[in-house]
Amino acid sequence: MFPRPIQKSSPAAQWIYTIALPIALILWLFPLLGVALTSLRPASDLAQGNYFGMPSGIAWENYVYIFTKTPIGQYMINSLWVTIPTVIGAVSLSLMTGFALAVYGFRANILVFFMFVAGNFVPFQILMVPVRDMTLQLGMYDTWYGLALFHIAFQTGFCTLFMRNFIKALPYELIEAARVEGVTEWRIFWYIVLPLMRPAIAALSVLVFTFIWNDFFWATVLTQGVDSQPITAGLSSLNGQWIAQWHLVSAGSILAALPPVAMFFLMQKHFIAGLTLGAVK
Amino acid sequence: MVHKLSGAIALGAALMLSTSAFAQDKRVVTWNADYDPIPLAAAEALIADFEAANPEIAVQLTNFDHEAYKNAIRNFLTADAPDLANWYAANRMRPFVEAGLFADISDVWANNGLMDSLASSVPSSTIDGKQYAIPYTYYQWGIYYNRDAYAAAGVEVPGAEGVSWDQFLANCEKFKAASIDCVTTGSSALWPVAGIFDYVSLRTNGYQFHSDLAAGKVSWTSPEARAVFDNLGKLQPFVTENHAAIDWQDAAAIFVQGKAANYVMGNFAVGVFKEGGMTNDNLGFMVFPEITAGVARAEEAPTDTIHLTSGAKNPDDAKTFLAYMASAEAQSKWNAAVGQLPTNSGATVDPADPFLTAGFQALSTATGGIAQFWDRDADAEYAKVGMEGFQQFLVQPEQLEAILARLEQARTRLYPQ
Amino acid sequence: MAQASQATAPRRWNQRTVAPWLFLAPGLFMFGVYVLWPIIQSVTLSFYDWNGLYNQDGQFTGRFVGMGNYAELMTDPAFETSLWNNLKWLVLYMLALPIGLFIAIFLNQTVTGIRLYKSLFFFPFVISQVVVGLIFAWFYAPNFGLFYLLTESITGKGTAILANPDLVTYGIIAAGLWPQIAYVMILYLTGLNNVAPDQIEAARLDGAKGWRMLWYVVLPQLRPATFIAVIVTVIGALRSFDLVSIMTNGGPFGSSRVLSYYMFEMALGEYGFRMGYGAAIAVVLFAIMMIFISGFIWKMWRDEKER
Repeated sequence: MFPRPIQKSSPAAQWIYTIALPIALILWLFPLLGVALTSLRPASDLAQGNYFGMPSGIAWENYVYIFTKTPIGQYMINSLWVTIPTVIGAVSLSLMTGFALAVYGFRANILVFFMFVAGNFVPFQILMVPVRDMTLQLGMYDTWYGLALFHIAFQTGFCTLFMRNFIKALPYELIEAARVEGVTEWRIFWYIVLPLMRPAIAALSVLVFTFIWNDFFWATVLTQGVDSQPITAGLSSLNGQWIAQWHLVSAGSILAALPPVAMFFLMQKHFIAGLTLGAVK
Repeated sequence: MVHKLSGAIALGAALMLSTSAFAQDKRVVTWNADYDPIPLAAAEALIADFEAANPEIAVQLTNFDHEAYKNAIRNFLTADAPDLANWYAANRMRPFVEAGLFADISDVWANNGLMDSLASSVPSSTIDGKQYAIPYTYYQWGIYYNRDAYAAAGVEVPGAEGVSWDQFLANCEKFKAASIDCVTTGSSALWPVAGIFDYVSLRTNGYQFHSDLAAGKVSWTSPEARAVFDNLGKLQPFVTENHAAIDWQDAAAIFVQGKAANYVMGNFAVGVFKEGGMTNDNLGFMVFPEITAGVARAEEAPTDTIHLTSGAKNPDDAKTFLAYMASAEAQSKWNAAVGQLPTNSGATVDPADPFLTAGFQALSTATGGIAQFWDRDADAEYAKVGMEGFQQFLVQPEQLEAILARLEQARTRLYPQ
Repeated sequence: MAQASQATAPRRWNQRTVAPWLFLAPGLFMFGVYVLWPIIQSVTLSFYDWNGLYNQDGQFTGRFVGMGNYAELMTDPAFETSLWNNLKWLVLYMLALPIGLFIAIFLNQTVTGIRLYKSLFFFPFVISQVVVGLIFAWFYAPNFGLFYLLTESITGKGTAILANPDLVTYGIIAAGLWPQIAYVMILYLTGLNNVAPDQIEAARLDGAKGWRMLWYVVLPQLRPATFIAVIVTVIGALRSFDLVSIMTNGGPFGSSRVLSYYMFEMALGEYGFRMGYGAAIAVVLFAIMMIFISGFIWKMWRDEKER
């Protein structure tokens, strides 16, 4: 059942395929489309039980409402405050760890590498109580940097796996040649390896951005108020206030989904490259 | 970025600045609270009155988001204790008392005659014979009903004295015939079902049973406990279907629309009902019907409290303020603004609010006693297991034996005999 | 590791022996503080009974209970429910593999606009699980949710999945599968790109068709993609916290609890603050996850040696 290129099939089959594609897509995204439509439905429609019929109008005011009457804007800004430093921090740290693990053969190399990899898969719950307690003791509970520091540390695991494999695939002769000429290790990293890392940095940046933007668990554990809660946790608490106001819940959901979706579309190639690393050798 | 980075520091600095700027000669009392806007304004008005009467003291209130506060209090009591902190009476304050984080304020009670004026709240403020709380407000629970729904189903609207249990169940049959939910609730957060269970329990066996059950002293398989589930079972078929998947506000919408006739709820729901379009004309209140004849009527009235912390830097002035919060004058004012009931028997209630007057009436004549609500009378963990059992029974009454066995297992584990 | 032998010339205290540790230091430090050390602390804490409070002097108020928390887990019906639900998640989440593969094969064509189609199919994975949970909660809502109306029109009586203790977990898993299928699909799409066309042609000449073609020719070539897909699906199934928290809070009466949520509930929930007991649940979850992590590491180690 490996598909022949559709072009080689009969015209009828080609025709069916072209029709099937959009239908399949609509079915697949149906829940999302429903929410997008609901986010533009006037509140009066919902009150009258018109959930799925023709909307009586397009209600941009739902979006205006959540921006002016709820702190959703603040939540999104908070999300940026957590996400951007995490991307910078995790990518920087893992460039170094990845370099160390890819280029140097020291005895503990494989052990350290596997430790990063394993740590990446650990369930969050085993870290929860101590990390929360430590963040509290350091006075960083309910701050963007308390949350970002944890994310940097945790994401370093995944990023190290990625960077190390990426650097391993670079031609080692470059580094050898530089060493022969007496270039210091730091300068090899900075002037030879780093410039070649642009695709890896781009791929990891979009991935980490999406992961952190979408994080809900740690946002719940390490923040609690409007001043520092990111959008995921904020949306969850707004959901508690918007009982039965699905037009607002929908508008909030669409807003929360927008930045990672935009990021994905802008950086699609890098995103998929990052995600599927290891899927194909 | 800068303002966020230094947020915590800035806040501290601002507090210090304000202290030195306008309260140079004043002694400061700090108070952490979790008020919504209306109660907050009422509290600030009280502070103003208090400061006018005690010019040498300044009270600084730091307000938290209500949900966030539940978490925050666990941190600030240890790390950076204010002088005063809001919390709840009965078992809810026990962990903080046992960790030595709330201070004994028996002297405030003794010196201000609170044993008399706050008599109904003595048990819920006392742990091991000492008082740890100043109760300043509570609100009644009961049955709120929609007169329009009664009219639509052709059921006679209950009078001020309510209806009998048999009558209530008979009414339910009529509502069912008219496709109206007799009793509604939204139990996805669990606690609303505890209100229904508590009332059936209080009416079946009385206050002492409720109290013993919450304290793990009574077996779930005892005839008394079974009798409660028996009566709850009579109500079960008339409760809104799928209540387990909706919130209490969702159920309020069903109630407001007249698709449900009765709602066992606390008085705070009146605001939501009225927002939904109900008025004093079609919204009614009655006490839960008597079930076992002769059982003294007890009511549920969860109490909010203020506590002196063990880390208080200015306990003496804080106690002065606590005494003020216990006074009839302060409680009348705060509760009038918020729409709740004062705990001080000398305080007054707004006569124009039918629900407050009814609640005040119901509570002051509740000879059986005042319960705090299941999740405050029982320990947290036991409370949760219990509420899950109540919810399950209201969804799957046929699972009664399994539910009782599970509750009993939890009881024997938490309260080894 | 070919370069390893080149790099470790005579062991001397030179730049090349120090450099890796300098490069590793910041990352290792952060990872140690936030990941390794907390694991040890959690394991320790699981032998204590602690409500999360420190006393006035800032001292830990926990009480050592030995294996007490674990003994309690053995008889805890909520823990049992969580374990069973975790198993349901693990088994049903695997559906993401065949469905993801099917969609990938469906989309593996070169017609105009197919790139856009592929990205749109991938959409669900990009959005937050919080949003996915809200979307499905709306879809399942009693009385007006699409799913409710659908069942009502078919059976005459609407099904409120999230209020039904027997169905609720399946309802949440279905919501979780949506983004997971998208993820698996993209893994397989990339894998299909790398399937050697000449082998396919050769197989075709031998008369391989349909399922036989898929099973004997295509799937073996997709093994790396399948391996990653299994790993991420297992991890996804065991991490299922967000959806449970958003859609049901573990209800009705705890029927949709999973270990990750039950742990949170016990440690930080409104009626919880049993940090030690929560830690014990986390340790169990960690142990289960370790089985899969070890498998993954073992495979990686084998691959490393082959190089």
